[in-house]
Amino acid sequence: MSKMIDADQIRFRYDPEVDNWAVDGASLKVEKGEFVAVLGANGCGKSTLAKHLNAILLPEAGTVLVEEMDTKDEEQLFQIRQTVGMVFQNPDNQIVATVVEEDVAFALENLGVPSDQIRQRIDQAMKMAGIYQHRNKAPHKLSGGQKQRVAIAGVIAMRPDCLVLDEATAMLDPRGREVVMDTIRTLNREYGITVVAITHYMEEAAQADRVVVMNGGKVVLEGTPAQVFSQADLLREYHLDVPQATELRDELVKLGYDLPQGIISIEECAQAIYKLFQ
Amino acid sequence: MSAMIQVEHLTYVYNPGMPDATTALDDVSFEIEEGQFVGIIGSTGSGKSTLITHFNGLHRPTSGRILIDGVDLWEKPEKIRDFRFKVGLVFQYPEYQLFEETCYKDIAYGPKNMGLDAQEIDRRVRQAAGFVGLSPQLLERNPFELSGGQKRRVAIAGVLAMEPKVLVLDEPAAGLDPEGRDTILGAVKAYHKATGITVVLVSHSMEDIARYADKVLVMDQRKLAIYDDVDKVFAQAPRLLELGLSVPQVTKIFLRLKELGLDIDTDVYTMPYAVKTLQKALEKRKGEAEC
Ligand SMILES: Nc1ncnc2c1ncn2[C@@H]1O[C@H](COP(=O)(O)OP(=O)(O)O)[C@@H](O)[C@H]1O
Ligand SMILES: Nc1ncnc2c1ncn2[C@@H]1O[C@H](COP(=O)(O)OP(=O)(O)O)[C@@H](O)[C@H]1O
Ligand SMILES: [Mg+2]
Ligand SMILES: [Mg+2]
Repeated sequence: MSKMIDADQIRFRYDPEVDNWAVDGASLKVEKGEFVAVLGANGCGKSTLAKHLNAILLPEAGTVLVEEMDTKDEEQLFQIRQTVGMVFQNPDNQIVATVVEEDVAFALENLGVPSDQIRQRIDQAMKMAGIYQHRNKAPHKLSGGQKQRVAIAGVIAMRPDCLVLDEATAMLDPRGREVVMDTIRTLNREYGITVVAITHYMEEAAQADRVVVMNGGKVVLEGTPAQVFSQADLLREYHLDVPQATELRDELVKLGYDLPQGIISIEECAQAIYKLFQ
Repeated sequence: MSAMIQVEHLTYVYNPGMPDATTALDDVSFEIEEGQFVGIIGSTGSGKSTLITHFNGLHRPTSGRILIDGVDLWEKPEKIRDFRFKVGLVFQYPEYQLFEETCYKDIAYGPKNMGLDAQEIDRRVRQAAGFVGLSPQLLERNPFELSGGQKRRVAIAGVLAMEPKVLVLDEPAAGLDPEGRDTILGAVKAYHKATGITVVLVSHSMEDIARYADKVLVMDQRKLAIYDDVDKVFAQAPRLLELGLSVPQVTKIFLRLKELGLDIDTDVYTMPYAVKTLQKALEKRKGEAEC
């Protein structure tokens, strides 16, 4: 089976005259159907890497394959952009129309998709993103989390196999973050859409199948959330953190209590502490 | 203790009389005492930004009053500029508002506008830069050469350099990595401790509010929903969830422990206190087991 994404040893700099690499030999392999979270300090190259995944940027060295299509192959560009959809941080910059369903239909109309097909595709996309009941509303009347799901619906109406989210929850309130994360998980589990999510929230990364940590333009650590978050000291060197569930476990271990490794969720942490009392 | 900010029956309507008139604040009243660190939480659109931009006179109440240090902001509208210096407001994503060619000049912009002399300006710029952890070498650099987190600290230093009596920050840590969050909020807390000024912090992070604030003001659909001490606010988890908010993750762990049948206090919202509480409970349990 081919990989969804196979980025190999890619290097990129914004100024070709200066020896300053935003991405400096990073590799990222993503299997079909996987949910990968990408962590890293501000400026470590996450967004630059993400923009390589649908050929917004092309690597100066190395290769990026999207379902075996080379992003450098201009003939495949259209197909690559159809395969990998991007969602960005600020929902307000991604919404163009004055009614939700028009916004979701926008890209399809631009592509000249027949209108009966558009109807069916946007209805499905809005249902998948959990925004169908708001389809006739004005986007500016929606909450941040709802707006971000409109943006997601617009992207999945294109029927991508892979969704790349660049800090898509950063500007949202707690409920907004939760519903967007729920939506992403549903798209991944129930519709089989591959997800690459960049985030600064450790508890969001804890929900992924795999966590990739970047530092200085390179991938420096990779593994299941449990493996990655059991290395709190190393993560702090990379200006990151661990979920509070993990931190509480680590603090209790320091005091001599016996709790298993790899605790990353509230439930796991509560269960492990509960056992201490038995 | 005297009240630093008094908000009395504040109502604010955007575009009044127009078809798109929006009431953003509806009869909001509360007081913030001098020297307090107050967190403001509330879902998007609940009115947080509209509320805090009233504190320095950027918005004029449709009805109701705001008093800063006992003085009605709009008593003498021609004096409203004074409050821009008295109440330092750090907007969301303030780094987009940097415009001078050096960090020094950017930080000096406020004090200069206040008409201070060069020596005093210099003292304030250096002190403010120190507070937010910007090295003296960085002061001569162009802000556009700095990282996002550094730029944001320059913007905050620019507000601190006005030596306001009240510091108001709208989501100052949004979009920063965990270390960047800690650096900025840690600097604000240290500044609060060192100067004793009143601080108002708007945030979507329950963990940050729990860690830094003394009191929490909860906005819901244009109205004030809750205003109380941090522990009392985070003790109302069901109500906060209802309002589209949450409690810190560590509090959720304790709520779950209680659900599992453990006899334990759930008014726990910071990590150090969580560890202490569990340690005590575990020792007590051990004592019981040995008897
Ligand atoms: N459009 C751009 N022009 C020049 N430099 C850029 C641009 N975008 C990002 N950079 C630089 O590239 C590096 C990596 O940035 P970025 O990929 O945005 O990191 P992250 O998303 O992890 O915060 C940083 O040093 C940043 O300043
Ligand atoms: N410039 C504006 N014009 C019209 N309505 C606005 C404007 N700014 C905010 N609003 C409305 O006022 C209400 C409160 O918004 P705001 O104070 O920004 O909330 P918050 O900061 O809590 O997200 C919302 O309904 C919002 O749509
Ligand atoms: Mg980025
Ligand atoms: Mg706001």
